[in-house]
Amino acid sequence: MTTSIPPALILVLGGLVLPFLGGRARAAWILVLPLVTLALVWALPDGPALTVAYLDYELTPVKADNLSRLFATIFSIMAFAGGLFALNQRRVYELAAAFVYAGSAVGVAMAGDLITVFVFWEMMAVASTLVVWSAGTRSSYRASIRYVMVHLFGGVILMVGIIAHVADTGSVAFGPMRPETFGTWLMLIGFLVNAGAPPLSAWLPDAYPEASWSGTVFLSAFTTKAAVYVLLRGFPGAEILIYVGLYMIFYGIIYALLENDMRRILAYSIVNQVGFMVTGIGIGTEMALNGAAAHAFAHIIYKALLLMSAGSVMFMTGKRKCSDLGGLFQSMPLTTICGGIGALSISAFPLTSGFISKSMINQAAADEHMALAWLLLTAASAGVFLHAGIKFPWFVFFQKDSGLRPPDPPWNMRAAMILFAVLCIGIGVLPGPLYAILPYPVDYAPYTVAHVVHMLQLLLFAGLAFFLMLSLMKRTLTITLDFDWFYRTFGVSVVRFLLRVFGPVDRKARRTGLVAFGRVVHQIYRHHGPAGALARTASAGNMVFWVIVMLAGYLVIYFI
Amino acid sequence: MSEQTARDAKELHWLVRPSTIRKLWWWGCGFLAVLTLADLVVHGHSYFWIDGTFGFYSWYGLLTCAAMVLFAKGLGVFLKRDDTYYDD
Repeated sequence: MTTSIPPALILVLGGLVLPFLGGRARAAWILVLPLVTLALVWALPDGPALTVAYLDYELTPVKADNLSRLFATIFSIMAFAGGLFALNQRRVYELAAAFVYAGSAVGVAMAGDLITVFVFWEMMAVASTLVVWSAGTRSSYRASIRYVMVHLFGGVILMVGIIAHVADTGSVAFGPMRPETFGTWLMLIGFLVNAGAPPLSAWLPDAYPEASWSGTVFLSAFTTKAAVYVLLRGFPGAEILIYVGLYMIFYGIIYALLENDMRRILAYSIVNQVGFMVTGIGIGTEMALNGAAAHAFAHIIYKALLLMSAGSVMFMTGKRKCSDLGGLFQSMPLTTICGGIGALSISAFPLTSGFISKSMINQAAADEHMALAWLLLTAASAGVFLHAGIKFPWFVFFQKDSGLRPPDPPWNMRAAMILFAVLCIGIGVLPGPLYAILPYPVDYAPYTVAHVVHMLQLLLFAGLAFFLMLSLMKRTLTITLDFDWFYRTFGVSVVRFLLRVFGPVDRKARRTGLVAFGRVVHQIYRHHGPAGALARTASAGNMVFWVIVMLAGYLVIYFI
Repeated sequence: MSEQTARDAKELHWLVRPSTIRKLWWWGCGFLAVLTLADLVVHGHSYFWIDGTFGFYSWYGLLTCAAMVLFAKGLGVFLKRDDTYYDD
């Protein structure tokens, strides 16, 4: 048995202590914990670092390799920047929950067996629900309940899958599988629920924008990317993921184009971006898997940056609808620039992180001669610029002047945005360090003249399309129905309909049954009740008399 | 231009003045044209026949984005609701 400190526990236990700290101690605790976690992750050698005997199985709660280290690294960096951004968040429970959430994500990334994966998986569901909940509004409470229902449902599917898989194979080890058995299929479905895959994708844009200005930043990073991690580890090359991923990509674009809430636009775009990763995992070549892993790493940074800029706008103005915003570039220059860098990164502009990660997935599709997938991925790359790259900054920071003139947010929020903006550009300009920690050796040069020119053509003409069709994109005070309509409206109507139709029948049946039952009880009571013939008390003399009668009868029968 | 509108234009941030926006359109379109013509000298590796056509990335980006906007608009006709739809 080997032992070491599980990196996940630093954030989980440290997060639980957070509500008891105040002032500078709290700030220091928030900033130091993720860095300690990061150091522990990198101190681990390859292979199992901790094994524990549990029932008949040997669990491996901590096991390191390139893939797990990559995800644990970005989860720790995210916890640091998110903590910095949220230093001035007055709701103490939110950060505590967020750190338990981040720690659980690290736990999933370092887990060497399926039981550990499941335990941290469920901890993530509970902690993330508390992050949504701690926004403290009625709508956030209701959204958090819908959110946790979906995740507990996904968790049950995953658990049944794990049990079936362990019963089949006798092993709890977590490694590459193929969706061929009942158990592996259920595990794949359980993983995909958290990735935001259809048909349940609506949980994400439903719940994430209801969290506080800082809560959404954390939410954007962990659940979906932990799902990308387990898919990378468990189902590389599963062909169905190509189709699931492509659906997610276009679902995200179309719904984001119709959306008015700035943070919901970005939430739809999470599904879109995770779709690129899922497609890459489905393609399954080393190039594609590297691309998916690198894209998850880059995505966490630029998506958090975008949501930090949106969170700053919300923090300073209290508004979240595009139709109420606009013209903020004049008084929030730093937020505008940082949001703009996030927008360029998500669109994969040259010199940004998205350019060096997403293009590996497109390249893998081209290398495998998957013409349709490649054409769709290329169209989607243009579509990302359309819905997240221009639409978000345009409607929030430019377009019509809303007359709002809030200043940039407090220093800690600015510092967090600057840190991630620098990382977006840094990774884009110098991709070497990121390429060096990817799961497979990288044989890819993103910066060729042709690639840069083609990407600029694609993106800038997408921009032209946006401005040519601006009149079609006019913001309206609307939402767009999604799958959650089935459980928010349709399901409720079905229950109401059943109550109306079968309610009277049910009431009558119950009343008749009750009357019949009452009669039976009454009869029993009549004979066995206090006054009943069978329950009447009799005197001792009476009893002696009847005993004598019985004995006399017996004598008579004996003599006969 | 009357004096009043001239003064309004002066008070606007330079980036949102109509004259700036006009210039941005001209320069933007010029840049797009140059970028597309760059295909004459830049030859990337083409994997399928279609990505070897002239200005592929330009027209493909423009057309697919227009298609996505129109598709979203069409879908919106059926699926858009007031944003108070789910409120009690």
